[in-house]
Amino acid sequence: MVHRSTAMLRRFFILILVGCAAWSAAGPRALGQDTATKEVPVQGGREAGLAAWERVYSVLTHPRCINCHTATNYPQQGDDRHRHLFNVVRGPEDKGVPALNCATCHQGANADSTGVPGAHNWHLAPLSMKWQSRDDRILSSAQVCQSLTNRTKNHNLDGAGILKHHEEEPLVLWAFQPGRHRDGSARSLPPLTHGEFVAATRVWVEAGTPCPQNP
Amino acid sequence: METYKLIVNGQAKEVTVDPGTPLLWALREDLKMTGTKYGCGISACGACTVHLGGIATRSCVVPVSLVGDRPIVTIEGIGQDPVGRVVQNAWVSQDVVQCGYCQSGQIMSAVALLKRTPKPTDTNIEESMGGNICRCGTYVRIREAIKSAAQQLT
Repeated sequence: MVHRSTAMLRRFFILILVGCAAWSAAGPRALGQDTATKEVPVQGGREAGLAAWERVYSVLTHPRCINCHTATNYPQQGDDRHRHLFNVVRGPEDKGVPALNCATCHQGANADSTGVPGAHNWHLAPLSMKWQSRDDRILSSAQVCQSLTNRTKNHNLDGAGILKHHEEEPLVLWAFQPGRHRDGSARSLPPLTHGEFVAATRVWVEAGTPCPQNP
Repeated sequence: METYKLIVNGQAKEVTVDPGTPLLWALREDLKMTGTKYGCGISACGACTVHLGGIATRSCVVPVSLVGDRPIVTIEGIGQDPVGRVVQNAWVSQDVVQCGYCQSGQIMSAVALLKRTPKPTDTNIEESMGGNICRCGTYVRIREAIKSAAQQLT
């Protein structure tokens, strides 16, 4: 009798332990799994969020991304971020001008045989999403973070919206599969894989999109 | 090699080429439509400009495999378009052409400009035509022809 009671007690504690472990592993509800979930900062997660942001920032400021987040009337090209050749200009809709649109060369996919990169709806980021100064200097981590999280500048995206943008936007995806130059060499890649980039964004968003202090 | 169906100047055509072949060479070599010119091969000069789905496009850098079902208009067909006809006439009346090598691309770009911007300013013309290079330096006459065509169209 005493033996049976001990066994039942042991099973009870095991059930509690398993339940706690499951709850702990789930942590804060993952974004995207519950549309009702809002950005609820994780207690004690700010430091982790800021660390994750720096990883996100390292991607955003890579030439594959920042070349089209200019503050000027033109996009940039190459790892040296030189001004786009051929007198290309931004245009009123960030897609060039009639007869010299982005789509004049950039198609819906990379053209490796001719060395022209491409993805759906190729265009410049709007000036409100500039991550450079007008003299082409990359803005600080704090400045880019504040810009990215400012809903008056970012097409009214909340954290979940930014995460979705990083997960699905064709031009974001392109940065991780940027194709080849005309000579057959591969374009350089951002410092994280797309999976790592999304994971870092998720940690940052779940921490409440914290931004570094100025500058 | 693969076979692609292309709609060129309203007519269905077929080409059997490597998927990476630039549209320019499918037009010139396979379809023998040599009005579209090869200049630089890197989209820097505009001589190869055609309209692809209504957008002025550098055919030297667009692989045939990415054309899809978008209609293609070349210099051979632009005269069938009302704007294209007016632009061609303006080119003649303004005596724009010198050597002529770049002019099919110039006309294709000018038509694309006027279709979207019927009354272009000098800045509009400079920005839109900035990717079309003319080594003879006919830029002044090109600008006058575009303005002349715009006047006739409005």
